[in-house]
Amino acid sequence: MKTDLVVRVCMGTGGIAAGGAEVMDAFKKHLRSKGVTARIEKNCTMHKVGCRGLCARDVLVDIVVNDSKTTYQFIKPAMVERIIDEHVINGKPVEEWTVPEDYHLFHNKQVKVVLSDCGSVDPEDIESYLNVKGYDALKQVVTTMSPAETIGVIRQSGLRGRGGAGFPTGTKWEICSKETSEHKYIICNADEGDPGAFMDRSVIEGNPHAVIEGMIIGAYSIGADAGYVYIRAEYPLAVERLKNALKEARKHKFLGKGILGTNFNFDIKIKLGAGAFVCGEETALIASIEGQRGMPRAKPPFPVYKGLWGKPTVINNVETLANVPYIIRKGAEWYSSFGTEKSKGTKVFALTGKIRNSGLIEVPMGIPLREIIYDIGGGIENDKAFKAVQTGGPSGGCIPSHLLDIKVDFESLASVGSIVGSGGMVVLDEGDCMVNIAKFFLQFTQSESCGKCVPCRIGTKRLLEILERITSGKGREGDIELLEDLARDIKATSLCGLGQTAPNPILSTIRYFRDEYEAHITKKKCPAGVCRDLLSYVILAEICKGCGACKKVCPAGAISGEKKQPHTIDADICVRCGACFEACKFRAIGKG
Amino acid sequence: MIDLSINGLPVSVPEGTTILDAARFADIPIPTLCHHPKLTPYGGCRLCIVDVKGINRPVTSCTTPVAAGMEVTTTSPTIEKLRKTILELILSDHPNDCMVCEKAGDCTLQELAYFYGIRENRLDGERRVYAKKDDNPFIERNMEKCILCGKCVRICDEVQGVGAIDIAYRGFNAKVCPPFEKNLDCEFCGQCVSVCPTGALTGKAWGQRGRQKDIKEIETICPYCGCGCSITLHVRRNEVIRVSSREDTLNEGWLCPKGRFGYSFINNAARLKTPLIREEGQLKEATWDEALDFIADRLGKVKAKYGADSIAGLSSARCTNEENYLFQKFMRAAVGTNNVDHCARL
Repeated sequence: MKTDLVVRVCMGTGGIAAGGAEVMDAFKKHLRSKGVTARIEKNCTMHKVGCRGLCARDVLVDIVVNDSKTTYQFIKPAMVERIIDEHVINGKPVEEWTVPEDYHLFHNKQVKVVLSDCGSVDPEDIESYLNVKGYDALKQVVTTMSPAETIGVIRQSGLRGRGGAGFPTGTKWEICSKETSEHKYIICNADEGDPGAFMDRSVIEGNPHAVIEGMIIGAYSIGADAGYVYIRAEYPLAVERLKNALKEARKHKFLGKGILGTNFNFDIKIKLGAGAFVCGEETALIASIEGQRGMPRAKPPFPVYKGLWGKPTVINNVETLANVPYIIRKGAEWYSSFGTEKSKGTKVFALTGKIRNSGLIEVPMGIPLREIIYDIGGGIENDKAFKAVQTGGPSGGCIPSHLLDIKVDFESLASVGSIVGSGGMVVLDEGDCMVNIAKFFLQFTQSESCGKCVPCRIGTKRLLEILERITSGKGREGDIELLEDLARDIKATSLCGLGQTAPNPILSTIRYFRDEYEAHITKKKCPAGVCRDLLSYVILAEICKGCGACKKVCPAGAISGEKKQPHTIDADICVRCGACFEACKFRAIGKG
Repeated sequence: MIDLSINGLPVSVPEGTTILDAARFADIPIPTLCHHPKLTPYGGCRLCIVDVKGINRPVTSCTTPVAAGMEVTTTSPTIEKLRKTILELILSDHPNDCMVCEKAGDCTLQELAYFYGIRENRLDGERRVYAKKDDNPFIERNMEKCILCGKCVRICDEVQGVGAIDIAYRGFNAKVCPPFEKNLDCEFCGQCVSVCPTGALTGKAWGQRGRQKDIKEIETICPYCGCGCSITLHVRRNEVIRVSSREDTLNEGWLCPKGRFGYSFINNAARLKTPLIREEGQLKEATWDEALDFIADRLGKVKAKYGADSIAGLSSARCTNEENYLFQKFMRAAVGTNNVDHCARL
């Protein structure tokens, strides 16, 4: 009996956290003990794959028998034996464990370029990447194309930086290629730090060779002889897979001296970031590689003219570089057929928050936001009402429900006061307080400010203090205007992108949810019922049955009342923890 | 040369000049706190922002090089409003204890607050509170007054080549300190003190000895070594209370710890003011004539009895080159020996 069998177990960070390694072991063990491995020998492959998007369903397992793929979700080691018995041996998939219809809906509207091989190739085996035409683009470039021709293809494709600013990649490469210098550098910026963002992490964990290949092509185009991947130390799995991939690439002569038999020399080093968000800013990143404190410096000069060690340097984001091999292989026209007039191609987003299908998605630029939320994301968790999407992380803004039909591209998002950014997309529902959301992002930027320039160092602190007093019921009349005024001044005067964009979450929430700010300040109420200091709980006497459940759970002893008599809450003692609200079966407790 | 216009005035400066330097060349004032002409441009305080036609946001003049045809505006209601906000932010995190501050009257921040008329601060909030900890006798560090301009860090690194301090922590808690926040343990040259725009860094010995009023500044030469650095003595009621050095001197304002902090000998009661001659085991005051006669007489006798090579001379690094030259000449020509050496060789 000759059966082709492929078992793919999701072992990205999400998959491993859900128990991917144990599931993998169980497959190995049972396939061997049941004699499957022995029977089909080389035609049976089992391997890890990186993230395929829908992390919420991990551990996801693909079983491919004779080219027919079945995907299982929520797999635990104990379920493996039955899958092998029924599916692998008897050819009947275990229907109750396979992914339901919405798994396919999640993928149907997506267009995968960067993620096209994530979830199918083995990130720890270069052969797996080579089998899907990996490094073909590199071969094509170094043997048949000049650097100028290569840059021409990238320019023509319309690829723009995926790190946030959206600068045309081809233009950046072209400027750097025209500089004359003894050394030039290319840096891959993998210092992804936005809260809730995991695009770059997943790409490196799922398909590290695509990033490396993109970097080598970039180096060839600009004439760089050395490259760095600046990656967060908090991404241990990505770092490990990247190291392994670099080693394998060197073995195959894709890196090192005389790449693929030509006289092109280039190698890549890994530099671990020490957990500073500001090091994602390119001049701070350069300072960090040079061994300095990670603080930005003024531009000009831009790194393409004077970057690492004072030499011309191109800095590209992970996703940008991972696009490159596909563009070379499939052509600029193919790539630019996706997207809008000014924003070409696709963009990877990390869809998180109050969304049913949270995970990693790749969509064509210009897709309506509504399709992302409702078709791909499956709508709001627990059928609550959609309130807003925060895009671009702490540098971005929110998009309220009346703008749900907006197209997701660089220009459209900017027109409503938000940004595409690096690709964070946090969905908020009616239970989220927008003042609190702004406060959350300000807490982040404030603690991540490097402290070099005054507006960012002290200004963000003052913004945060004003937000804190608003959410704690001490807001003053004029605070909204003060926030707006200070926010604008900080944007105008800060040294780097961190400070220049840090006030965006405030300005954008005030723009669309001014009434929530006003309710906090004048009525001392939080409409969403989130800000604890503004909440009060009361027992509605006419509904209360006097069961005593609330009294039992109250940690402060604030509730009193006789059995079968309406209870009352002493507001002075109440700590507003909400335990009574959760405990009451009769909805007799009012919150507001 | 690059031709540009600043506030409508045509200015011509060499290529590579910053807008700030071009403006100062044209005698157009731009406020700064973190800029120092001898240090790498920093762009941290953001006060020197100016508008450049064609750029949609203000740029820092200290870091932006001039370009041909550039049209710069150094002041406008918008720019001044932004500068005022920056100052308000700095002052919101400052002790504002000018009444007892050593630096009052000579403080750039105080001066700017005065020019911008900042008294009430709409941006009041939490202020950094630090305990003083240094036990060195030279440099007083009051980090609550620090505005993170980074001049001390840069001068220590770029001029002195020591790197004793740097910025630690992030954001609002960023702080200039020695490694691991240990006590300052450096050469104590005090270069950092000389560039600090506020009262964050001062001399330990300066405290409550007198501020700017009633102080006479006397230019002189440091007596400590042959380098001959120019120094300025700050004298109050006939007492030296501080030493500094001007930037337009040969030593460019830089001094060593001895020159900057070692002046207490001047008024020390034990200071020698006349030569002393030991007679029967007792030191007795003498005039220079008596002392020199005595030395000449004894040297002559020793040389006559034991020969010139029985005499050796040791000179001091505190003498000038000319004095050291004369000393070896005296030993060789007058005494007749090559036995001459210098303390710097020991």
